[in-house]
Amino acid sequence: MASGPQSLGWIGRTGIAFAVSVPTIILLSVAAIISVAEAGSGLTSGDWAALRFTIWQATLSAVISVLLAVPLARALARRNFVGRGVVITLLGAPFLLPVIVAVFGLLAVFGRNGVLNAVLETFAFEPISIFGLHGVVLAHVFFNLPLATRFILQGWQEIPAERFRLAASLGMDTQAINRHLEWPMLKKVLPCAFVVIFAVCTTTFAVALILGGGPRATTVELAIYQSLRFEFDLRRAAFLALMQIGIMVLLAFIAHRILAPALLSHRMDRPVIRWDGRGFAIRMIDYGVIVGAIGFLLMPITMVMIQGLPKILSLPAVVWESLFRSLIVAVSSTIIVLGILIPMSYAAARRPRQSVWIESAGLMSFAVSSLVLGTGLFVVINPIMRPDMLALPITALVNALATLPFALRSVLPAFCQAEADYGRLADSIGLTPWARLKFIFLQRSKREIGFIAGLAAALSMGDLGVITLFALPDTPTLPLQIYRLMGAYRMQEAAGASVLLLLCSFGLFWLLDQGARRVEI
Amino acid sequence: MLSLIPAIALVLLSTGIAWADDRPQLTVYTYDSFVSEWGPGPAVKAEFEQFCDCDLNFVAAGDGASLLARLKLEGERSDADVVLGLDTNLMADALDSNLFAPHGVSDLDLDLPIDWIDEIFLPFDWGYFAFVHDTALSNVPSNFEELAASDLSIIIQDPRSSTPGLGLLLWVKAAYGERADKIWADLADNVVTVTPGWSEAYGLFLEGESDMVLSYTTSPAYHLIAEEDPSKAAALFSEGHYLQIEVAAKLTSTDNSELADQFFEFMLTEGFQGVIPTTNWMYPAAIPTAGLPDGFETLIQPETSLLLSPNEARDLRLRALVEWRAALSR
Repeated sequence: MASGPQSLGWIGRTGIAFAVSVPTIILLSVAAIISVAEAGSGLTSGDWAALRFTIWQATLSAVISVLLAVPLARALARRNFVGRGVVITLLGAPFLLPVIVAVFGLLAVFGRNGVLNAVLETFAFEPISIFGLHGVVLAHVFFNLPLATRFILQGWQEIPAERFRLAASLGMDTQAINRHLEWPMLKKVLPCAFVVIFAVCTTTFAVALILGGGPRATTVELAIYQSLRFEFDLRRAAFLALMQIGIMVLLAFIAHRILAPALLSHRMDRPVIRWDGRGFAIRMIDYGVIVGAIGFLLMPITMVMIQGLPKILSLPAVVWESLFRSLIVAVSSTIIVLGILIPMSYAAARRPRQSVWIESAGLMSFAVSSLVLGTGLFVVINPIMRPDMLALPITALVNALATLPFALRSVLPAFCQAEADYGRLADSIGLTPWARLKFIFLQRSKREIGFIAGLAAALSMGDLGVITLFALPDTPTLPLQIYRLMGAYRMQEAAGASVLLLLCSFGLFWLLDQGARRVEI
Repeated sequence: MLSLIPAIALVLLSTGIAWADDRPQLTVYTYDSFVSEWGPGPAVKAEFEQFCDCDLNFVAAGDGASLLARLKLEGERSDADVVLGLDTNLMADALDSNLFAPHGVSDLDLDLPIDWIDEIFLPFDWGYFAFVHDTALSNVPSNFEELAASDLSIIIQDPRSSTPGLGLLLWVKAAYGERADKIWADLADNVVTVTPGWSEAYGLFLEGESDMVLSYTTSPAYHLIAEEDPSKAAALFSEGHYLQIEVAAKLTSTDNSELADQFFEFMLTEGFQGVIPTTNWMYPAAIPTAGLPDGFETLIQPETSLLLSPNEARDLRLRALVEWRAALSR
């Protein structure tokens, strides 16, 4: 026992090294951005417009998502039906869904030649256009309604069942329950949901890239991309990146003040037993809301499947090549995340006093969106070599860093618990760092690590962000290839490739998430 | 997933074959629609490779204006030997970048609406920008003011990435001068969407997303000749139409200078020029002996041809861009 309970071992020391180098990479990119940013020119009217649009669309998206989520969460909270668990699981799916696939599906439903316009035309209504603000907001609601619903649903589950029983025994009607039990809960939960969704929507890129349509609907992130790719104006891109960092820092400040501790891991598989809301009309409304929401969420994906599945086998070679590239990126990104995550968690578990700063080091990538980080790395790399040569490694790295905060949030507690339970025992029998990692930490956090590996792979597989800054037109990843096919109006092939991407993203997640649980260590 | 394995094997095999090939490679950066299967790319490649004993590789790099951005970004490190698809509006900017070398073709025999003397940039085709619409459209505007006053929907391209987009910017500027921003302010509510390139815009228009699309006076010829569909027309504007002359140039960083020269000689011969009208749907820079294909005589002929000199275009571009963004972001 030469090393004592505080010893880090080589794995822990590696973890400390990562805890230093991750923020260093981020700060280096920010410094690079600051060093080239166009100083003194101030905001042009175009920049103001981008800033305004970014805030406005994020506000609308968050408000609409949250408002629609309230009746849906309430319906899910008080109804018990076959398949309820499936519906709640489904609400987690958009997180893994590649943005480009969702947008393709939304176009198939709400686009000019989509299902909705076909219906409208039958009844001689004016067709609607999906481009611009409403398209962007629609896509954001599609992605964030489920997130908001899970947030609020959890709020409902946290109201103790006894209170509902008490309310029933006091003869409270639905309105009274609403006022005394539900409204106080919503007042607490809704702002949190709002801030989280608002933050997600301010960093939107792919949605605005495809559905934005012109200066009227350009977000700050899209403006960064345009400065870099259209005009090769690094100074302008850097200036815009600073603007984006400003938004994020401001948001972090607001979030810090109002956000409750993470609400993500609770169980939601149990309906709340209630004594009100048993009337036929209310039941019908609840089920109507649930069916409507499922339809809204499933319809686009179903359309992609219907259009794309028959085309998969006849996809051109370029699509398979891009799939190959995407798989490499996804696997590398997963390896990078785990490679950073495990030593960092190890170090934090062994040195509980330092775990706070180790975790904050990982959380730093929340402050810079992946496009901003990409811009910074671009500025750093450009003088040394052609950035496109590093397109795939950078994409893997940036995606890994973007996943790291979630990863630490989920794995670190498991490591700490394992250390608390078995740390002394391990010390007393003098386990080597490697054996300690294997038998104590990994053994006890298989689930979390599998989940994170799956998440990292799926997110990286579907990423259409930083790759657009770097990639050569002739070596795209699969999401970028789909974007190109859509641009060239080869919709059939785009549909086929979308199904391929969808299957790979969910397939990788399932494989890693389920696979890790079965691994014998 | 099993079908993946042969696909991956195929990919690896095909890259292996590419490495094994030691013929000289001429890399040409161009815009997307040039290399599409219905564009001039495949025919030009086949023709040139017949006698050059080389591989002609087209690399699609977005639309015309983003080509220049990409080359600036790559600088000396670029793989490109030749860029094909800039136009006169970008020439001054391109010249300032010092990335391009003289084309070396002497005694140019060109059929352009203007005289051409330039040592660096070599034209390969030309056309007039125009708004294309379906002949079923009842109230076709005959100038920008009518278009702006109407409730017709249009799709245009981003002037920062696309040469037609930039052309439109300068068209309005050349026709209206100081009043250009007013025209844009009035046009703003007609614009359905702004696409990064011509392909996206034209595709959206064909899908029915708008009444009109910014394209060329020659675009209806595609529908007429290739699809025997006479239902598309270009609107004749009384201000005149802005002229686009598309050019190619050699990169100073090329390590295939002689092959590039050979390509330039070839570019103005029948093998290249002959396929331009019915693949790129533009007027060839040197009309082939057989003349223009049947159907081209049906196209509208602008009464006034507008064109800013390369230097004027460069000097006006930034200010026009600010006006454009301001008008369209309202």
